[in-house]
Amino acid sequence: MAKTLDQHFDDLRSTRVWRSIFRSGAGSSTLKRAMAIQQNVFLHLFSTKVRTRMLSFSATWYLGTLTLGTFLILVATGIPLMLYYHPSVPQAYADTKDLQFVVSSGLFLRNLHRWSAHAMVFLVFAHMFKVFYRGAYRSPREFNWVIGVILLLITLLLSYTGYLLPWDQLAYWAITVGSNIASAVPVIGYKIHFLLLGGHAVNANALLRFYVLHCMILPLTAIFFIAIHFWRIRKDGGLYAHSSEPAVLQAQVQGTPTSPKIGEKWGTPDTSGGKEEQ
Amino acid sequence: MADSKDFIAGVDSNAKKSPRRIVFITRRTSAQVKAETEDQIQTFPEVMFRAAVAIMTLAIVLVWVSLLFNAPLEGLADPSHTPNPAKAPWYFLGLQELLHYFPPVVAGVLVPGLVVMALIVIPYFKVNIEADGLFLKDRPKRLPIFLVIAAALSLFLLVFKVYVALIPTLIIALLMLLASQSSPQSPSAFRRYLAARPLSYWVMTWFLFELVVLTAIGTFFRGPGWSLVWPWQGL
Repeated sequence: MAKTLDQHFDDLRSTRVWRSIFRSGAGSSTLKRAMAIQQNVFLHLFSTKVRTRMLSFSATWYLGTLTLGTFLILVATGIPLMLYYHPSVPQAYADTKDLQFVVSSGLFLRNLHRWSAHAMVFLVFAHMFKVFYRGAYRSPREFNWVIGVILLLITLLLSYTGYLLPWDQLAYWAITVGSNIASAVPVIGYKIHFLLLGGHAVNANALLRFYVLHCMILPLTAIFFIAIHFWRIRKDGGLYAHSSEPAVLQAQVQGTPTSPKIGEKWGTPDTSGGKEEQ
Repeated sequence: MADSKDFIAGVDSNAKKSPRRIVFITRRTSAQVKAETEDQIQTFPEVMFRAAVAIMTLAIVLVWVSLLFNAPLEGLADPSHTPNPAKAPWYFLGLQELLHYFPPVVAGVLVPGLVVMALIVIPYFKVNIEADGLFLKDRPKRLPIFLVIAAALSLFLLVFKVYVALIPTLIIALLMLLASQSSPQSPSAFRRYLAARPLSYWVMTWFLFELVVLTAIGTFFRGPGWSLVWPWQGL
C-alpha cells in the first residue's frame, strides 16, 4: 500500500507541470533528496544533511522548530484577524467584541493568536537558554547568537505592540506602564516616548502606530532575520554538536590546530555548490 | 624512490551514504585530514518530516488551549480610570517588579540595556568560551574575588530591600561556595557536577533564576498598590 502511494507520488513528480515548478525531479536517491533541499529557494537555507544525533529530542528539544511553528500559526491567524479589525478608536474595541461574539470562529481565531503569541515569547526564551547551556554560541556561531538576540527583541516588540490592539483596559494600561519606562531614558526619553506613541499619552495615534508596527514592519523584519538565522546554521557548519565535550573545548581555548575546515570538507560533501567556508 | 608522482590520492568509496569523492594532496603541502565519522541523515525527507510532526503537535496543543480558554478582554479603554494594579505584559513584569525598588532610569533603562548588551557580547569573550570549572584553576585568586562580588551584590540588594532578588542571589552564591569546596574527584555526583561548572554557567543560571523569580512574583504575587498578595486572593 505504502509502496503504491510512493509510486503515485513519483508519477506526480515526473509530470511536466511538476517538473516545471520544482527543479529537482522524481526519485529517492541521495542526490535527488539533496536536490530537493538545495534547489528550493526556501529550503536551500537549510543544509542537505543533518547529524543524526542532532535529531534526538534531548539535543535541542526542538525549541527552534517550535518557535518557527508559533510564528507560522501567528501569521496564519493574524491575517484573517486583520480582515475584521479597524485600527481606530473606539472601533478597535468594537471589532474585538465582534470577533468574540459575531464573527464565525472569531473567538477561536483570537484565542489561538493570543495564546500562540505567549507561547512564542516563552519558546524564544527557552530556545535561548537551551542554546546557551549547550554552548552553541561558540565560534563560528557568534553572529548567529547575536541575530538570535535581535530576534528575541523583535519577538518582545511584536507581542508588546499586539497587546494594545484590542483597545481594552488591559491593553491600554499595560502599554501606558510600558511606554512610561521609555520616558526614563536620559535626555532623549521624552522624545522616544512621543515618537513611540505619536502623542503625550496612549491615544488613537499610538494605536495606529502600533498597528502598523505589529502587522507590517515588525513581521517583515522578523522574517528577514529568521531567514539569516536559518541560513547561518548551514553556513556555520550545522547544528552545534560538540556539546561541552572537554577535548574539543580545550583545543579551542588553547588554540590547538585541529584544522576543522579541511576536515569538515573531507567528511561532509559540499552539495550546495558554493564555497561553504566563506 | 620509485614513486615519481607529485600527489597522493585518496578515495572515499562509501557511495551508498555519500557521493564518491577523490582528494588529491600534492607533495610539500600538508593537509591535515580529519575524517568525520558521524552519522548524517538527509534533511529531505527525514528532518523535514520530524519538524512537521513537531509543529503539528504544537498546533494541536495550542488549538486545544484556544478551545478551552478564552483570551482576556476587559472593558473599553478608559484613560480616566486606572486599574489597580496596572500591569505590563507578563514578560515585562520582572522589570516592573524592579521598578518597585529602583528609579525608572535604573530599572527601566540601565538594567534591560545591560542585559541586552551582556547577551550580545557573550560569544565574544573568552571567559564564556572556557569550559573549565570556575574554581579548578587559580583558586586562591578566584575565591576571594567571588566572595567580594557576591557579598557586595547581596549587600546592595539588602540595602534597597530587594529581598525577592536577594534570595536567589544567596542560593546561587551558596551553590558556588559549595562548588569551590568540591573537586572533580568527589564521590558525590552532584558535587562533581558543581565543581565542573564554568563562570559563564554561574552567571547565566543566576540571571535565569532572577528572571523566573521576579517574573513570577510580578505576575502572581502582586496586588493593589503593588502589595504582596497570594495568587488566589482577589480572584
